[in-house]
Amino acid sequence: MGEQLPLVADDPWSVLRCHTTARIGLGRTGASQPTRHHLAFQLDQARARDAVLTPLDVTRLQAELTALGQPAVLLRSAAAERRTYLQRPDLGRRLGSESAARLASLAADGEPADVALIIADGLSAPAVQMHAVPLLQALLPQLPAAWRLAPLCLVEQGRVAISDEIGAVLRARLAVILIGERPGLSSPDSLGVYLTYGPRIGNTDAGRNCLSNIRAAGLSYAAAAHKLHYLIGQALARQLSGVALKDEAPEMVEVGRQEGTRTGCFLLGADEQPSG
Amino acid sequence: MPAYAYTLAGQHWQFGDLKTLLARATPLRSGDCLAGVAAHSAEERVAAQLALAELPLTTFLNDCVVPYESDEVSRLIIDSHDAAAFAAVSHLTVGDFRDWLLSDAADSATLAALAPGLTPEMAAAVAKLMRLQDLVLVARKCHVTTAFRSTIGLPGRLSTRLQPNDPTDAPAGIAASLLDGLLYGCGDAVIGINPASDSVPAVCDLLQMLDRIIAKYAIPTQACVLTHITTTLAAIERGLPVDLVFQSIAGTEQANRSFGIDLALLAEGRQAALSLGRGTVGDNVMYFETGQGSALSAGAHHGLDQQTCEARAYAVARHFQPLLVNSVVGFIGPEYLYNGKQIIRAGLEDHFCGKLLGLPMGCDICYTNHAEADQDDLDALLTLLGAAGCNFIMGVPGGDDIMLNYQSTSFHDALYVRRLLGLRPAPEFEAWLQRIGIGDSGMLPAAFAAVLPGSR
Repeated sequence: MGEQLPLVADDPWSVLRCHTTARIGLGRTGASQPTRHHLAFQLDQARARDAVLTPLDVTRLQAELTALGQPAVLLRSAAAERRTYLQRPDLGRRLGSESAARLASLAADGEPADVALIIADGLSAPAVQMHAVPLLQALLPQLPAAWRLAPLCLVEQGRVAISDEIGAVLRARLAVILIGERPGLSSPDSLGVYLTYGPRIGNTDAGRNCLSNIRAAGLSYAAAAHKLHYLIGQALARQLSGVALKDEAPEMVEVGRQEGTRTGCFLLGADEQPSG
Repeated sequence: MPAYAYTLAGQHWQFGDLKTLLARATPLRSGDCLAGVAAHSAEERVAAQLALAELPLTTFLNDCVVPYESDEVSRLIIDSHDAAAFAAVSHLTVGDFRDWLLSDAADSATLAALAPGLTPEMAAAVAKLMRLQDLVLVARKCHVTTAFRSTIGLPGRLSTRLQPNDPTDAPAGIAASLLDGLLYGCGDAVIGINPASDSVPAVCDLLQMLDRIIAKYAIPTQACVLTHITTTLAAIERGLPVDLVFQSIAGTEQANRSFGIDLALLAEGRQAALSLGRGTVGDNVMYFETGQGSALSAGAHHGLDQQTCEARAYAVARHFQPLLVNSVVGFIGPEYLYNGKQIIRAGLEDHFCGKLLGLPMGCDICYTNHAEADQDDLDALLTLLGAAGCNFIMGVPGGDDIMLNYQSTSFHDALYVRRLLGLRPAPEFEAWLQRIGIGDSGMLPAAFAAVLPGSR
């Protein structure tokens, strides 16, 4: 059955799919999407919906972080469970009372820090489960020993701005949070990183820098770590983050990755390509 | 100062101030519940609507929902109000205004002349008394036409933003989606990329690439890289070809500040783009995006409901004579618009308010995977907005944006609504499609056959 030719053919330019995972060249029946592409979409959307509701496996992640030499302080936001989390972002931006008290007593015993690294499930626990540890593996060796790191924190039901409270309590100059991004159809596992200089409750997004789409088919761990290292250094040196801090990191040449063989724009001739 | 109250069958409903009355009168949505400003019961909501219906429109000129002294958006609204244009409806209450808008007295020319006399709060208020069919019918009478290299918003036309985003800004990936969109007849409003990174060199590369594609194939459209206005200004300073200046905007000074902008910066961006003189059939150079909930998201809503905040963003947009204003209605998530029902109503409210205020409104009809919505909801809003005369919608390959991780309207969806309602692309673009040989058949024109892999 599956071997039969479809009634509606893909477009003659569907070969361009070699350049993208976007849904191009689908063909049309009348003006509409053919059945098989329509149902492929429905399946992916069902999977993305499921990813939003999958809980973080804290035990497994903590074991991996411990193996990396970075056991995390386990924290929870003020949103007790997933449905509350989805409808009350204000609760996801603040620590639950028990976690807040624990972190405060931990901070009282500790020194001020340059960087507080935080991991939170956000809207995709699978993204964090898959990519947080490999990204830290790529990033940590690059950080100069002179930068003092606060204890790593792992937060359940957290949003980006919870890094303000955690960074402030830990008396860190810069908060860096790794967080699961909202699942897309073809990317239920995309990780984002947000940097905030001077973390304190009430900061706005204008004061943050963001790296997004860290996953297998997106930004690689090595490239993300390279950019993060640059941004952290710039934020600490210039004592700011956000719109005033542009990502002007020199492009990294990666060995053995697509970007090494990055193809130009085929709609333009070789002599018409952007200069870069 | 009028009393904001209403008595219903012996029960006295009291609303502390104007913004409370507006908030309580707003049809239910999660963002107003989150902000703690929503009506506490269905009856309180209708009591507020009854009170609102009796309120003279002039109230909104005398009672600022965000203080004039502390908010530059309030100052812009009051200082730019056109009293002569307002005279046509200045004697009406909000309830009478609804009746008047729906009447045959309010034709397209009358509504266009009225627009500068209306404040966002007046538009928001009357929208709260309207059903979906009212929002559709009145918006359809409002014609707002803008132009750069194509003319957008003519009656009987529906344009599309071609959105060829790529998760790593890879030129070939962008080109593949871009060509796919063109071959489906999309891209007459703008070819607009959301870049994966805000890096200045990357944005410059994309600007250069889009400029060269548009020039090489003589496409009567405009390009935009949707990055922060300061990045676009940096690109203009470096001599890059910028057609449109993009920026997300909101309805309070504090919310705009959270986006890293103010009115002066927007004016600077517009002047910089105008100085390049790149438009051929018009000089509308700004592209704004908005969306209910953005002010609350920044903690900058001043106790206002999110629909009123959104309408105030249109006062900001109006000041800069934009080519395109786009309410990204379902992008923000379920904490602001919980489900398909709330998204659909918000999309029609935004389109109505924007058009009534004289803006070239389009809509990113969309939803995220953490909202209670699906393709059926998208279809419903698409069809309603098509009927309402929406200027433009998005065109995303297969409806799946692989960079922004959300679902919007596809190239097929644009063909669907054009076919259903007999709508056509912008005239300049339509002529180009015919010239180059792009039609409904799905054939590949000679001009593009040569660029496929293996053909050269």
